[in-house]
Amino acid sequence: MASGVKPRVKVPKSAAAGEAVTIKTLISHKMESGQRKDKEGNVIPRSIINRFTCEFNGELVIDVKMEPAISTNPYFQFDATLPEAGEFVFTWYDDDGSVYDEKKPIAIA
Amino acid sequence: MNFKAMTAIAALVAAPLSVLAGPDEDALVVNGEIEMVTKTAAPAHMADAVDEIYSGWRFRSDETQALQMDDFDNPGMVFVDQAQEAWDTADGTEGKSCASCHDAVQDSMAGVRAVYPKWNEDAGEVRTLATQINDCRENKMGAEKWKYTGGDMAAMEALISVQSRGMPVNVAIDGPAQETWEKGKEIYYTRYGQLELSCANCHEQNYGNMIRADHLSQGQINGFPTYRLKNAKLNTAHARFKGCVRDTRAETFKPGSDDFVALELYVASRGNGLSVEGPSVRN
Repeated sequence: MASGVKPRVKVPKSAAAGEAVTIKTLISHKMESGQRKDKEGNVIPRSIINRFTCEFNGELVIDVKMEPAISTNPYFQFDATLPEAGEFVFTWYDDDGSVYDEKKPIAIA
Repeated sequence: MNFKAMTAIAALVAAPLSVLAGPDEDALVVNGEIEMVTKTAAPAHMADAVDEIYSGWRFRSDETQALQMDDFDNPGMVFVDQAQEAWDTADGTEGKSCASCHDAVQDSMAGVRAVYPKWNEDAGEVRTLATQINDCRENKMGAEKWKYTGGDMAAMEALISVQSRGMPVNVAIDGPAQETWEKGKEIYYTRYGQLELSCANCHEQNYGNMIRADHLSQGQINGFPTYRLKNAKLNTAHARFKGCVRDTRAETFKPGSDDFVALELYVASRGNGLSVEGPSVRN
């Protein structure tokens, strides 16, 4: 597991049904591209988050494939329309096989 | 064309520039709850220099300002989280972490950043947060000192600053600290380098004007450590001092040197009354 990885999510605690809510996500990750070399000239192996998904009550909201050119600490902000109360599940997939997830419940106001 | 007309034209030409570069009237509220003082009356010791002091936040664009108004958007908070981990992690030969002595940072460090740099009676000198942190690491934890302006240090300073956010900067400049403060003031007003510029030339006499493509602020350090968009990391006050002195084409003082500690105390005292903002966001 890469060091210093910490997912963060900001979701409103409640929203009206049918209302679009803004969701912000950020994961601290060094996103090593695999293009750089260290002092001795050896290639530093690629180590990035390659996929990010968000599901709401089992339904896929967003699925993002990430490439090495994406910079450190990837940040995603998107809107989601809520049909009902439920739980968002956010998942990040690391190159090294680690999976980081975060859950946020949201109520209907 | 008479002289008055000429001045009027000059004023017309200059006006849009100064509007663009000067401090704006926006209000800084972080997370919708911490109200920051970003403009206030200058402390008494600056009476003959300027009337009002402004946080550097006032000189930035709306987009940059917005980044500091929400902790989720503030990229500096990533480093605060890292420092929180470091706070709780034992390091060095004594097997102690910061938390072993200081417990929860939220309680023990509240208000600390606002009064630093501060006279330390036991050491008989004015100490900055960074000096104090390294003193703890070296003598209490038996750990290696951090680089004075390095990433670990900047992050730890940020973590400590966060506990004082919104509190007014209030460094003591009298008593035993006065001698150091006078020295800092002397440095502030001394012209350095091939360009022969003092801090005051830019940050006192020309704040609100453009320096090439950038806005000159008053050079307040109430927001340090600062996340800068240009280098995507936290920057310490001494690293910024070094950058400024270098830009005058001078040999700079060393970060952590007596000279910069004195300068930090003096510059901090010029911001007495502004809120602690660290980690702030600037460009």
